[in-house]
Amino acid sequence: MKKIINVALPKGRLGEKVYDLFEKAGYPCPSIKEPNRKLVFENEEVGVRYFWVKPSDVAIYVERGAADIGVAGKDILLEYAPDVYELLDLQMGKCWMAVAAKAGFVDDRNRTLTVATKFSNIAKQYYFGQGRDVDIVHLNGSIELAPILGLSDVIVDIVETGATLRENKLEVVEKFVDISARLIANKSSFQFNRQKIEEIRKGLEIQTEKK
Amino acid sequence: MTDYRQILSVEEWTALKLRALYASQGYRQYKMRKFEPYDLYVQNKDFLMDEAVITFTDTDGRLMALKPDVTLSIIKNSRDEDGTQKVYYYENVYRVAKGTQAFKEIMQVGVECFGDITREDLVENLLLAAKSLDEISCDNILEVSHLGVVAGTMESCGLVGGAKKRALVALGEKNVQALKGICAQEGIDEENTSAILSLVVVCGDIDEVFASLDKLAKGDKAKACVAEFKAILLALQEKGVADKIRIDFSLVENVNYYSGLTFKGFVEGIPTSVLAGGEYNNLMKKMKRNARAVGFAVYLDGLAKAEGLS
Repeated sequence: MKKIINVALPKGRLGEKVYDLFEKAGYPCPSIKEPNRKLVFENEEVGVRYFWVKPSDVAIYVERGAADIGVAGKDILLEYAPDVYELLDLQMGKCWMAVAAKAGFVDDRNRTLTVATKFSNIAKQYYFGQGRDVDIVHLNGSIELAPILGLSDVIVDIVETGATLRENKLEVVEKFVDISARLIANKSSFQFNRQKIEEIRKGLEIQTEKK
Repeated sequence: MTDYRQILSVEEWTALKLRALYASQGYRQYKMRKFEPYDLYVQNKDFLMDEAVITFTDTDGRLMALKPDVTLSIIKNSRDEDGTQKVYYYENVYRVAKGTQAFKEIMQVGVECFGDITREDLVENLLLAAKSLDEISCDNILEVSHLGVVAGTMESCGLVGGAKKRALVALGEKNVQALKGICAQEGIDEENTSAILSLVVVCGDIDEVFASLDKLAKGDKAKACVAEFKAILLALQEKGVADKIRIDFSLVENVNYYSGLTFKGFVEGIPTSVLAGGEYNNLMKKMKRNARAVGFAVYLDGLAKAEGLS
């Protein structure tokens, strides 16, 4: 029986684009595009089983072996540091991890900087690298509100076009990491399915280079 | 007669089989206390997987710690002797479980071999690791690397200091694009960049990659390590275990702990490695021991989750 490779895809617009890339690379599963609420889709012929999961959970599914491979944002990989292989930059969902603040903000190094973010580990590492004393405020959403309401001096967040920042009279202070979607693999699964996973990676690489 | 397999858990049963295996190969059991003076771990924190240690104050006021690692205790409490000393252990260690920020008790069985270690001892240790995996399941793979080859290749191609550290992280992720980026930042030419990327690409069975190993060897250190590594791989082929061996230089975790030969065992159906080991000569030097050492540990805590281990 053909070994099926389990693929965790991030739910949402990015996930749909990622699936299209897999399809073009030779791993289609037409039922995935049918309007229904199913979460698992299989094409036994080409040996893949896709499932939709919350984007921030993809790395957990792969690290714990529920999925052999998956597609996760670099932001999630940096924040949670899962023990997985990062096989390919799919050049999709491109954006930056950036520090932003109210327009005209000047960092006063005489006092502790308050930083609001969803990405506490990334922010800690960034400021630790600069020897900067910071107070991290972990938030789960609407990060842009924090400097407006005085909850923080700056925010560390993902910036794509900067439109949300501009609308809230915030500006980028520094972009410090490039973010995009990455193909990841479970380390144990990779050893037992190396050939198949390498085939998928090569197929995706060819499609990525074509874009 | 009592069928003990019906009574024992998969971890207990596997531990028994492994203990019998190691005893049959001439290893003697090393029994130790559950705790050590905390100083031992502070002085050697570079050799621990995680710096977090459970501590308590003993009745005489000394700060003690529950063992987060067995090897440190064995090396600390043993003496230099002629020849090689071969011991096995069956102990619990206490470490922070990844992602939980909580301590966990982990049952470990393992072997340590120290003294005048020869190539034959290294091969014997790898064979014993392969046999240990066979005791857990017939669907297993032993991933093997040589940190001397990795470090020698990187250094002779111009990656040193912080750049080498970042490159090791990227290699551990098999992240070709990140490695290319680091080489570009460091102004490394195309030929040397290609040699560094080969550390990711050269991966597979012994037959598949044996000829490519020479292409990696840049600089005297890497060449000597490649020659040593090839001799070990040939010996493994002669012993008939080549089908279970995968050469993979992305195995660069715990570079502080291991030097030279390093290996990791995987079993189909278990998402993490169940065995990890290698040469730990740096630790021996740090503990002022005039000897080389090699060993491995089998992690039994994940076995219960896998179904149908054969």
